[in-house]
Formats: sequence, structure tokens, C-alpha cells
Amino acid sequence: MSTGNMNLTLKIWRQKNTKAKGGLVDYKLSDISPDMSFLEMFDVLNEELISKGDEPVVFDHDCREGICGACSMFINGRPHGPKEGITTCQLHMRSFKDGDTIVVEPWRAKAFPVVKDLTVDRSAFDRVIAAGGFISVNTGNAQDANNLPIPKVQADSAFEAAACIGCGACVATCKNASAMLFVSAKVSQLAQLPQGQPERYRRVQTMVAQMDAEGFGNCTNTGACEAECPKGISLENIARMNRDYLSAKFVSEEDI
Amino acid sequence: MAELNANIPEGELTEKWTKLRSSMPLVNPANKRSIEIIVVGSGLAGASAAATLAEMGYKVKCFCFQDSPRRAHSIAAQGGINAAKNYQNDGDSTYRLFYDTIKGGDYRAREANVHRLAEVSANIIDQCVAQGVPLAREYGGLLDNRSFGGTQVQRTFYAAGQTGQQLLLGAYSALERQVGMGKVEMFTRHEMLEVVVVDGKARGIIARNLLTGELERHSGHAVLLCTGGYGNVFYLSTNAMGSNVTAAWKAHKKGAFFGNPCYTQIHPTCIPVSGDHQSKLTLMSESLRNDGRIWVPKKKDDTRKASEIPEDERDYYLERRYPAFGNLVPRDVASRAAKERCDAGYGVGKSKLAVYLDFKANTERYGRIEANVQNIHNPDKETCMRLGREVIKEKYGNLFDMYAQITGEDPYELPMRIYPAVHYTMGGLWVDYNLMTTVPGLYSLGEANFSDHGANRLGASALMQGLADGYFVIPYTIGAYLSKELATKPIPQDHPAFVEAEASARGIIDKFFAIKGTKTVDHFHKKLGKIMWEKCGMARNAKGLTEAIAEIQQLRKDFWSDVRVPGEANEFNPELEKAGRVADFIELGELMCIDALNRNESCGGHFREEYQTEEGEAMRDDENYAYVAAWEFKEGVKFELHKEELKFENIKVAQRSYK
Repeated sequence: MSTGNMNLTLKIWRQKNTKAKGGLVDYKLSDISPDMSFLEMFDVLNEELISKGDEPVVFDHDCREGICGACSMFINGRPHGPKEGITTCQLHMRSFKDGDTIVVEPWRAKAFPVVKDLTVDRSAFDRVIAAGGFISVNTGNAQDANNLPIPKVQADSAFEAAACIGCGACVATCKNASAMLFVSAKVSQLAQLPQGQPERYRRVQTMVAQMDAEGFGNCTNTGACEAECPKGISLENIARMNRDYLSAKFVSEEDI
Repeated sequence: MAELNANIPEGELTEKWTKLRSSMPLVNPANKRSIEIIVVGSGLAGASAAATLAEMGYKVKCFCFQDSPRRAHSIAAQGGINAAKNYQNDGDSTYRLFYDTIKGGDYRAREANVHRLAEVSANIIDQCVAQGVPLAREYGGLLDNRSFGGTQVQRTFYAAGQTGQQLLLGAYSALERQVGMGKVEMFTRHEMLEVVVVDGKARGIIARNLLTGELERHSGHAVLLCTGGYGNVFYLSTNAMGSNVTAAWKAHKKGAFFGNPCYTQIHPTCIPVSGDHQSKLTLMSESLRNDGRIWVPKKKDDTRKASEIPEDERDYYLERRYPAFGNLVPRDVASRAAKERCDAGYGVGKSKLAVYLDFKANTERYGRIEANVQNIHNPDKETCMRLGREVIKEKYGNLFDMYAQITGEDPYELPMRIYPAVHYTMGGLWVDYNLMTTVPGLYSLGEANFSDHGANRLGASALMQGLADGYFVIPYTIGAYLSKELATKPIPQDHPAFVEAEASARGIIDKFFAIKGTKTVDHFHKKLGKIMWEKCGMARNAKGLTEAIAEIQQLRKDFWSDVRVPGEANEFNPELEKAGRVADFIELGELMCIDALNRNESCGGHFREEYQTEEGEAMRDDENYAYVAAWEFKEGVKFELHKEELKFENIKVAQRSYK
């Protein structure tokens, strides 16, 4: 079915389930088109495996346009592969050469246990959000949206933090498996908006506490997370979060 | 034929909703705590409903097949959300939004529902801003708006090209807040495989834990299906890979009528197909039509590069055919016009199945304005283009990046090549004014229902409808049903209806593994998609549809005798999940063709070649087809038609014109 001319060797992490021992398995693929996306190349592989009576490789993916955050492959030692600013699903085979060997592994972090093959469990992120990544307003009679002017620069900065897709590349690439970039993106989005002020200091503390409870590592400011983030989430967010976290220690208990 | 009662409240159109809301039976807070509601799906409709119902005090269980509710496909919506705020002082009003939506839907939507949608649209923006959703703002700190197709006002709120993401994350945060408080129990990586109906009422679901393969029984006093659209019946669409019709289809097979299945939206601006390997299509937001001009060469089979074709040899066909709306005609009109040009031999690119979307003129215009802002007077063209690119980047940066990634071309330099692709389905489960299906206690919200968009949805209205249903409609309307359920004790999960539903779900799974065929699930899905696209796509005719029905019936037989599902039932097995979804798509595909064949008129996204005006515009038949086709499932994959007549009391029904 493929019509291209690339021949590739894939070394893919196969692991039956969380408890099983996994390992890299070699696969040869031929006639891959450079216009194919990386995941379409995996589709071709899986079709071949199924036809041969083998089990296809399980991997997370959904929107295939870089926004849902489901896809999560560690490709040749980098989350989402060799190109900057994109997710695995946006990576195209034209970024590789005929004859290449490509190593594909799952995210690796204590807080992200492998579920099967290249799929990991990222529910820790949901629990961090549930711990405080929100503004406590019930649905109802919110005031008119334009009653609350927000300077454009501030709104844009909050938006940039809010662009996080929760894919976990920051955790996967961090040598400490720290989730600081993810957590700080949400903390910083809400801390920059007037709506987020009432819960600002409580939020940063509950979210950080949950982050620690999930077993994510500490931040040592290497900046790998920012470099590998497909959405360009900035390290400044971590600085903002640290500032708020520290400030929270000086805010009286009643304020929190 | 059973009478379909839409339960539209009495009274003036503008007062129906207000009056109903004030007279709706209520459930007191103490009683709410003992009532359980099941919400299937966690997109805009599902997340907003689950969060809001939990805030009100109900016990909520929410299910999604993704690994997190934040990944529901609402996240991919790009352009914006409509609301009748009239912030731009350009004459917008609730009535105008209502009117535009009815007209945009080609007079095939229910007036009362659409008016309610327009009424609550403003509340949605207020609610989202209160949640901290960072919508785009102007320098004065107020919210910005952009234009979308089918309207002449600017009422679309947005967050760059990621509006769906921001709105969904707002709803997701609200949902997770309730999860954190223990008021919503969240089941991720769970897929609904059956609705459980006890004594004629929806009382629960059978869900498969996708990680363990275990079938679970979940009971509740009401079930809400917020499971999105069925565009993936075409295999290639802008939907996510996992988007499916299974929940809605299982409900359909349990008695919920399916409304207007043939109304599908083909979106005009998508990145063209590049080869057989293609697994999905990517949308380029309609908002781009604000600033992009669509054209093809005036000469047939012109092989010159876009930049080499001089201005007077370009055919801006939308501006030519529809001077009043130009590039902002509704999606169905724009898609058909692109198809017409390509079919006639004017297409561009390798496949000749593409037209240009060109930003050059507006880039220069923006640059000139920006130059003035920056006090650069009499700027040269290069300066204008440079500054203009910055403006364009701020507005659509992520879309331009996406385009460059997929095609390997730089859209800041070259015009985009675009072609229509399946995007949205207006059809869905039939619901009454309260969003209840024909199965009591079973509701459907968002894209999964048929209700608000008629035969064609206007851009930026899907987000509006999903959130309207979840935040502002269901919290009220469900009270009418639940207030009568106070005496209902928790539903026992060993009831024969649960046992039977679970056995049925298990039976299908066992059957898949017993076939041991030779073809993969995708093989059948692609075949189905090809039939649907060619014979039930942008243009349809009686002959093609009749053939398609026979072909799909044959495909169903082949599928059930030759599909190969690897692995086992009791493990994480995405191929098994796909098999179940494709099995349902095949049955749905047949119904879509039956519905398209039944509707002997053209309206909105449903274009029957036999019914068109001399200029090639859709020709409705209001005398015979001003009804909602609501189909009932019958044993042996047969379907019976029921009709809900549409009455237009507040709008004069007219031939739609955007000229």
C-alpha cells in the first residue's frame, strides 16, 4: 500500500503489560513514503504485523494534528522525535533518511508507568489538575465578560501558558522526571489572570503537593523540558510558580 | 406511525425558554444527592454537563475512551465560538444569531431549539471567562471578535487557532474540580458498549475497561450521551482517530431514533489528501477565510506556479459567484464551489484536487496598518509584507505551522492548497426540546444529537452548542425527568436487563475473535469510507445511493466473515476497539444512504444532483421535505422512518441566497 522509497529499521519497545519485562524488538519496513506521518508509518507496520498473525504495536494517538496530547513516543532519544515544536503525530517521514535505524520507546518516568508497548499511564496529570488547577466558579450567572478588562499582554501570556497539551514530554525528557513545566503552566496561566487571584496561593500549594505525591522528581533547572516542549511552554512559568510557592509561605493561613 | 413529540413549550418564541426554566420541576438538594447520572463522553458537552450537574449536587459518573478527559476531540476545534454579545456594535442580536443559524442550516432546524441556543450563547462567554479561559483580547483589555462564514457581523470569540482547546480545558478544569471533591467519578479508558433499558427507561450502561478488557455494569437514574459525531464513517475526516458512533448507535439499537443521518458537513478548507497512506485529514480553520482569498487559475490545467499567475488570470470564484458574502459563504456552499471548479478541470497541485487559499493581499493590508501604528509612513511593499506576516502569525500562527509540517511548504510565502473534507455531522440522535431521546431517561448532547444545525452548521457554532447543552440546557431540563424519579431506588445491577446487555456486548466481542479472517479492520473501514465519500459525499444521486446501499450490505457480510482481530479480549487491545466501531459504522453508513435516498431535495450539506437550480445551487422542497427524518432501528438492520414536521412561525422560509 505504501508508495515511497524509504527502507527503515525500527527498534521498538514491546512490553505486554505494566508488570511484564519489556525489550526492544527489531522490525524492517520498506517502501515508506516521505509524505507519510510518523504514525502512518506505524499504521503500515501494524497492518503488516496483523496480516502476519503477530500482535500490533500499541501506542497512544488520537487527533493526529498536534493538539490532543495523546501521542507520546520517545524517538531516537527525544520525546516527539528530532524536530522542534511538534508532536509525534506531526512528525513526517521526510525528517528521516532511507536506511535509517529509528529507536522508539515509551515515556519513561516513575509517575508514568508503562501500560503496554509505547503506551503509558499519565493519569497523574489529571490528579494534579484535580488538586487545584481550576478557578472555583460554579456554572451560573457570571458577570458580563467585558466587565473584566484584562491587558492584552497579560491575556496573551496566560494563553501561552494555557497552550500546554499535557502530553508529558517535559517529564519524559527530564533527567529527574520532574513535572514542573506542566504544573507551572497551569499555575502561571491562572495566576496571571484577575479571575485566578482569590485562590492563587492555595492553588500553587495544593498542586505542588499533589505533584510530589505522584512521584515526579525535582526540578534542577536544566531546561530540557522547555527545549522539548512541542508547544514552546516557557521556563518562565516555573520561575513564576516558584515565586508564588515561596510567597504562599508568607501569606497567612487564613488567606490560603 | 408513532407521533414524535418534540415537547416544544407553548408561547412566544422569545419567551419559551425563560418560561420553561421558571416552571420546570425542581429536585431539592437533599434528593439530588441520591440521584445518579451517567455521562458518556468528556468533550465540551460531556465535561460541561458532568461538571455542572455535580455542582448542582447530583452524583455523576463520567466516561471517556481516551486516557484523560482533556483529550476529547473538542480540543481540536480551531476557529472560535459564536455568541450574540454585540460587542462590536455591528448590529448583532439574539434574533440575528438565531436567524443566521436557521438560514445557515437551510431551514431544516427546529426554531425553538435554535432560539434557545442564541439566548444562552452570551452566558457561555461569561462563564468561560470566569473560569479563566484566555480568549483573545484587544489592547483596551476587552474581548476581540472575528468573522465567520454565513454571517455579516463579527460575533466569533477565539483564542488564536486553539479555541476548542481553551474552552475544553476550561470545562475539563471544572470537571476535575468536581472529581477532586469526589462528586464526579471519572472513568477514563472506558468505552460504552450498551445502554441498559429497564422497564422502558435508560438505567445504565455496560462499559468495557479498555485496559483490562473487563465488562462493567454502571447504573444510574439517567444516561447522557455526549459522544460526538460520526464523521469517521468516511474513514478520512478531520475527526480524531478514535471518534466513533458506537455509543449513539448502541442507543439507536435500543430504541433511540436517529435524526437526519445524511446531513454531513464537508468543510471547505482542509489540507488535501497526499496519498493512500493517509490516516486522517487536517482542517485549516474557517477563520482563515477572513483573511485569505480563495482562487483557481482562469485557464484550465494551468501548470504554472501560483506566484507566476498574474492577478487578472486568477478566478476568485467565491467573490465572483457570491459578491455579498464572498469568501465567507457557509461551508456547504464553499465546498461545492471548490468541487465544481476542480471537477471542471481548474484544480491545482499534483492531484488537481485543490484550490488556493491566498493571504497575500491581506498580509500587505495588515502590514500597512501596522506600519502606521509604528509610525512608519509610506512603507515600501517589503516592509508591509514583513509587518503583515507578524500580524498573520499572531492570528493564525499554529495553523500555518501545522500546514507547513504536513505539506512541507511555507504558507507565508506560497498560497495554501486546500480541498473540502468531512468535518462534522449535523445528524445524530433525535432529541426533543429537553434533549431527551425517544428512550425515556436517555439524553443526547452536543454533536451527538441532531438538534440545532439543520442541514448545515455554521462555523463556530459547534462549540457554542456543545457548551450550551452542557452548561445551560441539560441542568434545567433534566430536572423535569428526575423530579419524577425521586422514589426510584438505586438501580440493582443484577437486574436481567443488565445481565442481558452485558451478554450482548460479550457476544459481539466473542464473535470477532471467532471469525479469524484474513483482512484487517482498517481494510474494511477504508472500503466503507470510499463508498461513502464517492456515493454519499459532497454530491449524491439516486443511482449512486442505491448502489452504495447494496455495496455496504455486502461489505457488512464480508466484514463479519473475514475480519481479523488480533490479541485477546481480556487485555488492552485497540484493534478490538476499532473492530467494534467499524461494525457500527457499517450499519450507520447504510442508514445514511437510505436517508439521503429518501430525501428527494437538496438542502445544506445534503446535495442531490437531481435537485439543483440552473446556477447549481441547492434546491429545497419545502412542501414535501420540511421535516426531520427520525429513523427507528428494526430487527435485522432495517429502518423505519418517522417524521417530525418543522414549523417556521418566526422566520420566512426562503431560498437561501448569499449573492
